Amino acid sequence: MPLFEHLGRYIVTIKGMFARPENQKMYWKEFMHQCVEIGVGSLPIVLVISVFLGAVMTVQTAYQLVTNLIPRSTIAVIVRDSMLLELSPTVICIVLAGVVGSKIASELGNMRISEQIDALEIMGINTKTYLILPKVAAALLTVPMLISLSIIVSLWGGRFVGDLTGIIDTNTFDRGLLEGFKPFNVTVAMTKAFTFAYLITSISAYFGYNVKGGALEIGRSSTLAVVVSCILILLADYILTLLMLKPA
Amino acid sequence: MIQVHQLKKSFGDRTVLYDISADFYPGKCNLIIGSSGSGKTVLMKCLVGLFEPDQGAILYQDQDMVTMSREERKQLRQQIGMLFQGSALFDSMTVEQNVMFPLDMFTRDSYQTKLKRVNEVLDRVNLKESNKKFPAEISGGMKKRVGIARAIVLNPRFLFVDEPNSGLDPQTSMVIDKLIKDLTIDFNTTTVINTHDMNSVMEIGDNILYMYQGYKQWTGSNKDIIFSDDEKLNNFIFASEFLQDAKQMRMLEAKGHLPSNLTDTSKP
Repeated sequence: MPLFEHLGRYIVTIKGMFARPENQKMYWKEFMHQCVEIGVGSLPIVLVISVFLGAVMTVQTAYQLVTNLIPRSTIAVIVRDSMLLELSPTVICIVLAGVVGSKIASELGNMRISEQIDALEIMGINTKTYLILPKVAAALLTVPMLISLSIIVSLWGGRFVGDLTGIIDTNTFDRGLLEGFKPFNVTVAMTKAFTFAYLITSISAYFGYNVKGGALEIGRSSTLAVVVSCILILLADYILTLLMLKPA
Repeated sequence: MIQVHQLKKSFGDRTVLYDISADFYPGKCNLIIGSSGSGKTVLMKCLVGLFEPDQGAILYQDQDMVTMSREERKQLRQQIGMLFQGSALFDSMTVEQNVMFPLDMFTRDSYQTKLKRVNEVLDRVNLKESNKKFPAEISGGMKKRVGIARAIVLNPRFLFVDEPNSGLDPQTSMVIDKLIKDLTIDFNTTTVINTHDMNSVMEIGDNILYMYQGYKQWTGSNKDIIFSDDEKLNNFIFASEFLQDAKQMRMLEAKGHLPSNLTDTSKP
């Protein structure tokens, strides 16, 4: 399908998402369910990856800082800013594109193929609103939380491994974390988290919702959803970095 | 009552429905029959609003669904129940939750009231003690019955049934047919059934629309089919030698040349 056709259909799908809910209580229930699915469901993998990201980043930074002219606390400064500005939002969201995105695409694809979406339509339910909006809203709430947690856990991982390997003691690491800290970097991280959360869920939902065919097509749409989400996350990452961090 | 006027539907260059006009009556099982690719599923999807027809009108109690606003259509759809070919039950919900879903969405009743209604309809479709089972844990026939229970839980005025007997053994098929027939009479619903099961045609076909390659080929009742001289219909309905013999026997029986107990299969 040509790119512009996809874009047009994506816009139509997203536009259709904004309609008055038939029963707010049911939508709230679905929203909470999705918060648990996306937020709590992804928590273990996010924590594991974050610990190792922080640990590797600390060891690698220490390896690159070969001169004694640079204070050891710089390791913590670099680890902090790298995790905050790039690694936590981008790497974790790419992982989430695989975990959450493929799940959303295959779930909606299966519902489409097995006529469950048609059944909802015939009941008089706006399926785009009921099936897509709670997922996007839940991701917008939980993904920034996951990213915040990822930043904290990765810094803890770096601190722990730094101390364990004798690269940097905890006091120096803690001092480094506070050195030249710019609160604006948190804004950048959260902006990325919100943007990536929207991209992951809306793109995956679009591919899943519009599946045609059978089981094979569900697999294809799931893969396509992850690939497109990852590419667009990287593109958005570049644009946001350019817009927010470009030196004057 | 549902009336269809000169309905036409195409997909790209391919026309699937050509000027279909038909009436579907309340309290009757209205069957749409035809071989695969004849356009019966497309017709049904147009009737329930899943496909938009290219031209023509679909009147629900004189209200044209095609020209209805989104909100009007939403209201109408709450009077429609549908059983899908694959039952279309929500996998992640139990039988009880599946049947309760329309009540949750469209009523403000208490949980106890909704549960009472769910148990009523599950009882009506002869499904007791399956409330807590998931769709993956029940048989094909039970899934169909849960699908019917979900379709009738809001007391719809219009019931659509797509291939109710596909994948079912003959005995279960007869149970499902009888259930649909009973519900249609009891609740005076306008029931539209899409099928190519010959047993259903002969047993519950009060009003039959036979489609051939996108055209309306024949209309009548199951009694009329026996005497129809439409070659395409006869080739479709009485495809095998056995069925042709059965037709001859039914004709003789109707004309009084054969004692009716000879064709009564319930007697040994």
